Amino acid sequence: MIRRDTAIALAIFAALALAPFIGFGQSHSLTLLARAMIFAMAAISLMLLVGGAGLVSLGHAAMIGIGAYAVVVLDHARITEAWMVVPAGIGAAALFALATGAIAIRTSGVHFIMITLAFGQMAFFTTSSLALYGGDDGYTLYNRTEFFGSRLLEDRLAFHFTCLGLLAACWFLVQALLGSRFGRVLRASRENETRARAVGFEPYPYRLAAYVIAGAIGGLSGVLLANAAEFVAPAYLAWQRSADLLFMVILGGLAGPHGALMGALAFVLIEEWLAKLTEHWRLIFGPLLILCVFFLRGGIAGMLKRG
Amino acid sequence: LNTTLLLVQMLNGLQFGILLFLVAAGLTLVFGVMDFINLAHGVQYMIGAYLGATLAALTGSFWLGLLLALPTTLAFGLLLEFLVFRHFYDRDHLSQVLATFGVILVLNQGVKAVFGAAPMQMPVPEWLTGGVVIMEGLLYPTYRLAILAAGLATAALLWFLVERTKVGMLVRAGASNAPMLSALGVDVRRLFMVVFGFGAMLAGFAGVMAAPILSVEPGMGDNLLILAFVVIVIGGIGSIRGAFLAALIVGLVETLGRSVVPDLMRLFLDPSAARQTGAALASMLIYIVMAAILAFRPSGLFPTAR
Repeated sequence: MIRRDTAIALAIFAALALAPFIGFGQSHSLTLLARAMIFAMAAISLMLLVGGAGLVSLGHAAMIGIGAYAVVVLDHARITEAWMVVPAGIGAAALFALATGAIAIRTSGVHFIMITLAFGQMAFFTTSSLALYGGDDGYTLYNRTEFFGSRLLEDRLAFHFTCLGLLAACWFLVQALLGSRFGRVLRASRENETRARAVGFEPYPYRLAAYVIAGAIGGLSGVLLANAAEFVAPAYLAWQRSADLLFMVILGGLAGPHGALMGALAFVLIEEWLAKLTEHWRLIFGPLLILCVFFLRGGIAGMLKRG
Repeated sequence: LNTTLLLVQMLNGLQFGILLFLVAAGLTLVFGVMDFINLAHGVQYMIGAYLGATLAALTGSFWLGLLLALPTTLAFGLLLEFLVFRHFYDRDHLSQVLATFGVILVLNQGVKAVFGAAPMQMPVPEWLTGGVVIMEGLLYPTYRLAILAAGLATAALLWFLVERTKVGMLVRAGASNAPMLSALGVDVRRLFMVVFGFGAMLAGFAGVMAAPILSVEPGMGDNLLILAFVVIVIGGIGSIRGAFLAALIVGLVETLGRSVVPDLMRLFLDPSAARQTGAALASMLIYIVMAAILAFRPSGLFPTAR
């Protein structure tokens, strides 16, 4: 018997796999779906922090941006080979997460929110001062990342399935982590830190590990985002992007990574639909966001559970 | 880099710090009393600047514009409190962050829809144009000095209100234990409305004063908001005294860093590399300072007991 949340996630992956063949094969839909899947990866990693460890990070966009800028830096040095680019993106984001997390995790609650926000801004302003890589204007990538010299990712379908495969892998990883002893320690320290300590678990290293893992997944999604857009700008690291990611997680619900998956897909599709409707779509999106936070306490996942 | 330039930058830094303090004061009070995290506070600053610029243009006078903008920002803050914020007081911080983020989206876009995306101008009042000779060869704009003076006066007034009046006493009591205050028969919700409205007005005041020297544009409050957060984190959340000190530190570090760091880098690197790394380092500087302070004092310089 498959659990309901696993079934939901698998159904979404199946739908995404079929999408190109049932009328969503045009380049516009594929671009949109790729974007949705990439943000879903980032949202799943943020879900590990928010839902698993109770760490509300308002600087997660920095991880995506650092992954994307790793692609830029290597591209500038004429390196586009995946086995260099992907580990560099993941590694750079993980390293940033380790350095900033080591300080941020010493605090908790609102302090943590504000400090992650501040570190996110630090990364944002640093990238916008990098004149070598376009500064504020961003950097256009003329080549996508290559696999052993082959331009596999230039093919839209291949890119679609690469994103889907990695998304599924991230979902599985976070699902497995949350179910493991590691995940139970995280949740125990979130529920009651004093008790977790009393039974012998120091929360700090577990939280830091979760923060670094989430950063690494964020970095991976950044590498993909750079490839999807073939363009990287400091706007990827803007704090508004971090708030968007938090909203995806909350919109989907904190019940598990399948919630973040649904939240991110819903977010990107709603955004796209509203942006088509009117130039001032944020006037509608803002109140929608407020109402969702107010009424949808368990997110979409909570709704499906009840329904 | 000579002393004159350094002095100018220090004055600029102090003046920026004062503006930051006016925004951060409301933020830290609202958080201290009601445990409410309000990302939309920077929007109040933007609204203040827009209202000030519009009203000044309508009435043809800076002073009338300023005078009218204050009660309007106050009313606007109370309206937001009534429509959105009060429904989120007893929710977790994450919900508060997202709800107030929604408010930012709406108001930034709303301002863009009403006033257009292009920056607005607000003229400096007539008798504050020109400059004052501070020392040989240093002419400093009078208006910037006026901001400094007005900000310091407001800070003093705020200190008096919080430390020496009955409402201030209730605010301090609310910050250290709101449920107890409520049990003693004080209407905490109403107290919070007062604090909230006052904080919104302070931010609006900062916005009007900044309008003639900065460009008035959609989203102008967002970057200031982040710095205001840095200020209250460094100062200790809920502490006015901490916010004041931290605002000056942040203002000085931010302003001096941008002019001094690239010059310092030139000692080690060739000019173009120095400009690059200098600019990058200068923008990181304030966050490095914050991280350093928090590494030693995780709850800020003046932690409030809670």
